[in-house]
Amino acid sequence: MSGIREYRRERATGQPPHLHPPYGSTVKRAPRRPPHPIVQTLSEVTGPGFADGWAGPDRADLTRQGQGAPIGERIILAGRVLDEDGRPVPRTLIELWQCNAAGRYRHERDQHDAPLDPNFFGAGQVVTGAEGEYRFLTIKPGAYPWRNSDNAWRPAHIHFSLFGPAFATRLVTQMYFLGDPLLALDPIFLSIADEEARQSLVAAYDPALSQAEFALGYRFDIVLRGREATPLEAAP
Amino acid sequence: MTRTATPSQTVGPFFHDGLSRPGWSDLTGGGRAAGQVIRIAGRLRDGDGAPVDDAVIEIWQANAAGRYAHPEDRQERPLDPAFRGFGRAFTGRDGGYAFTTIRPGPVPGRGNAWQAPHINVAVFARGLLKRLTTRLYFPAEPLNETDPVLNSIDDPALRRTLLAVAEAAEGETPRYRFDIVLQGEGETVFFAV
Repeated sequence: MSGIREYRRERATGQPPHLHPPYGSTVKRAPRRPPHPIVQTLSEVTGPGFADGWAGPDRADLTRQGQGAPIGERIILAGRVLDEDGRPVPRTLIELWQCNAAGRYRHERDQHDAPLDPNFFGAGQVVTGAEGEYRFLTIKPGAYPWRNSDNAWRPAHIHFSLFGPAFATRLVTQMYFLGDPLLALDPIFLSIADEEARQSLVAAYDPALSQAEFALGYRFDIVLRGREATPLEAAP
Repeated sequence: MTRTATPSQTVGPFFHDGLSRPGWSDLTGGGRAAGQVIRIAGRLRDGDGAPVDDAVIEIWQANAAGRYAHPEDRQERPLDPAFRGFGRAFTGRDGGYAFTTIRPGPVPGRGNAWQAPHINVAVFARGLLKRLTTRLYFPAEPLNETDPVLNSIDDPALRRTLLAVAEAAEGETPRYRFDIVLQGEGETVFFAV
């Protein structure tokens, strides 16, 4: 078999640490020992594939999951999944979930005193196209309070889950909206030390994506780990 | 490198609808996959020993012949069309999770090394800003003695955190317990991959 082409190691400041005390839930859940480094093997450079429709049909339109139209500002959310070298990541699964326009999740543990919307379920999925492209139609989520600290509010955000080509490229993240005043106060967003990396989670308004008299467009490109240029060892 | 990798953020507590895949905790496709069917169950605990009841556990593994269902695994061993090798489960109120799967075969490591049969495990939860990864190894497996990853961990007590515990079989199905401790006493060894 051929040598293993490793995925690039993460840049420490470009990712959040495990322990970030301003986000209180990390205090009892972050491991105390630093992660144990291992060399990448077949186990890490392989991962599940979705090109054959295993994950089921796309659910790209979150505005038509109920009997009627959900309340809120319709948005088109689109972009590409790329690696660090700018190569598209085709045929990979994106799963997405979010609260409704009032800031409430359809979830038994969400007790925020804001209305549920019977027409908004808040979960979608697509498999990316040949150029790594994806597109969702949804509504803009609201901000909501959480008990992390006194009078704390999460900025409006949409959760994204991605696989990429390998176990090593798996990513779960959150997308935010440009200009949200809550970003400057949010310990989850601020857990990322590097400003450029942090800002890469903020979707930009894109007039070219907007659809006249229908929906505003936001662009969010997602960059998964790239690979080292050459195998680190020759074939045995 | 031309682009900044998108940073990770926590999965939060409200992921259930977004990530729900009820069929994905049984990797055997209802028993169609080739090999020894096994059950894996365990609990996830935090630094206080409290159950973590809002986590996602994912597993990725080779099939019974030791081959991954992925184009970069070019070994001349059989692929099993009934076995994809990926699973997902949520923890319940008691922090418990469970999978039905196949005991994987050994897979090649780097150079001439072989890796003992193992299952790659990832944990996502509220309070985890990025995923944790570890591996489940099987008890009483001779290849464990020479497994490069297990042997890169010097402390035997730490190494043991990667070993599943055999429990009484359920009929003819072997059962293994694999508890995961996020922090503190008995803290599982997590990897930088």
